Amino acid sequence: MASRPEPAARTHSHPPAKGPDPAQGLMAWINKRLPVQEFIDSQLKGYYAPKNFNIWYFFGSLALLVLVMQLLTGIFLTMFYKPGELTAFDSVEFIMREVDWGWLIRYLHSTGASAFFIVVYLHMFRAFLYGSYKAPRELLWLVGMLVYLALMAEAFMGYVLPWGNMSFWGAQVIVNLFGTIPGIGPGLVEWIRGDYGIADATLDRFFALHVAFLPLALLLLVLLHLVAVRTTGSNNPDGIEIKEKVGPDGKPLDGIPFHPYYTVKDVVGVGVFLVLFAIIVFFVPTLGGLFLEAPNFEPANPLSTPEHIAPVWYFTPYYAILRAVPDQRMGALLMLLAVTLFLFLPWLDRSPVKSMRYRGWISRTALAVFAVSFVVLGYLGLQPAEGLFVILARIFTVLYFAFFLLMPFYTRIDAVKPVPERVVYHAH
Amino acid sequence: MADNVLVAGDEVDLDRRKFLTRATIATGAVGAGFAAVPFIASWQPSERARALGAPTELDISKIEPGQMTITVWRKQPIYVVRRTPDMVARLKGHDPALKDPSSDRSDQPAYARNLMRSRNAQYLVLIGTCTHLGCLPKQRFAADGELGPTWPGGFFCPCHGSRFDLAGRVFNGSPASVNLRVPPYQFSNQRTLVVGQDEKGAV
Repeated sequence: MASRPEPAARTHSHPPAKGPDPAQGLMAWINKRLPVQEFIDSQLKGYYAPKNFNIWYFFGSLALLVLVMQLLTGIFLTMFYKPGELTAFDSVEFIMREVDWGWLIRYLHSTGASAFFIVVYLHMFRAFLYGSYKAPRELLWLVGMLVYLALMAEAFMGYVLPWGNMSFWGAQVIVNLFGTIPGIGPGLVEWIRGDYGIADATLDRFFALHVAFLPLALLLLVLLHLVAVRTTGSNNPDGIEIKEKVGPDGKPLDGIPFHPYYTVKDVVGVGVFLVLFAIIVFFVPTLGGLFLEAPNFEPANPLSTPEHIAPVWYFTPYYAILRAVPDQRMGALLMLLAVTLFLFLPWLDRSPVKSMRYRGWISRTALAVFAVSFVVLGYLGLQPAEGLFVILARIFTVLYFAFFLLMPFYTRIDAVKPVPERVVYHAH
Repeated sequence: MADNVLVAGDEVDLDRRKFLTRATIATGAVGAGFAAVPFIASWQPSERARALGAPTELDISKIEPGQMTITVWRKQPIYVVRRTPDMVARLKGHDPALKDPSSDRSDQPAYARNLMRSRNAQYLVLIGTCTHLGCLPKQRFAADGELGPTWPGGFFCPCHGSRFDLAGRVFNGSPASVNLRVPPYQFSNQRTLVVGQDEKGAV
């Protein structure tokens, strides 16, 4: 049964006058057709973020900055780069030696790839510290993890493009991982490569995915990530929902407008970040083989495996897990599991509180062990797979998985401290 | 609860509407599936790649006993080893140290599923990519080499440390799970090896 609609009291939804005459002028003309002002008012000035953010809250905006930098430098590299097994390596050398400032554009892009993972890993660790993945932010976390997965694919394919020898053999190892899938594996690998080995066809399709498909997917996922964080609101170091304590004006008592407070704060973070970034770009762009590996400065050679194959540092924790297992299929499976376990975090964590500030020693120790395991595995993934390194990799692989798989148990029995009503905040 | 509502005396059959909606979606999905076929199929090896993957010939008369030569077939290195009687003798005696000594789970043509993993004891023909993740195992033919006192000679993969004997059979403790693959091959005459083709024809 439908009730008759109330005659709506039509009012102008514009905000109160701010400038000379809001009903006139260019901005008014635009706002009538495109809600620019409304967007700024509702999404930036009207978005109340917790007032107790600390240093860990710089990395989201920094990731956004690096994304924009990668898009810009990437577009310019595309103007000079030529995919194809006969031209790729030479065109990268051409960029480095003969294009004016080409070396800078390329080093910005290659350093940007590592910087992307540094800020993303710190951003993720922040979520571990303060329980930012817990209800009601499960989808925010899931979308963020999809961003991470897309970023890994993007970085892997980007690393293949210079067609150096490490590009070639890295592609060989990673693509062959799909060959371990029972039944369809060998056919799938041939389909991915488009040839009977890593070849011209592989390079060209990776180029298309790297410059068109994955950037578009990343942009879409980042947009969803922002919409999700705007819907639930940011978590904070105390893990308290600020929306539950609102003042008479309906605004959270512990919140401050995102703009200008956090936009200004984030600009300071951008400044510090760019100083560190510039130091690497100008003085140590390869970072001793960590950001750009030595074998990649010689052209791809299908008949010569580099003495020692290691991926770029951001993949090495998973690579160490892959090599720790003396069985091909199990190794690939554990590696896949190591990445996908992150997706289940919101449901593995049964603690009644979010932030580590109010959790007991078990959760804190577990997180510390996990962080150490991740870093040590990252180191081991860079070392040759022999002797003590393999034994250590096995130990830390067990610890890595224990953190996730035992989480439902230890978070439940862990003693928690009472969480305060309001955020802990000291004015500066 | 009746699904039907009356609008201006006209009866709307919601069940019918629901059925038609679903049928339309299903038809559209089938159409989208068919439309995806050309795009997915475009990733298969092209006609050119397939033509370049034709059988390849190698003159084996120039390989000295105990030496290995590498040829390329389908972008993959093919290892051809001319084993000495001593190397053949060293294939026996370490079966317990192998993951798949009789090549039951490994990939090779029927004529290579034997101790030698080859058509004849002298010539070993292998696809030279590690069955773990595709690196190129290096030749370590000397016995008692850097790989320990019991090393009978074979191949060592530098990427992840897989070890294989002189028939390409994988040792325990290697990340690789199966023996090195043997391609289809035949000897068209005394001195010519053809890789990629055997009695059953070209692959």
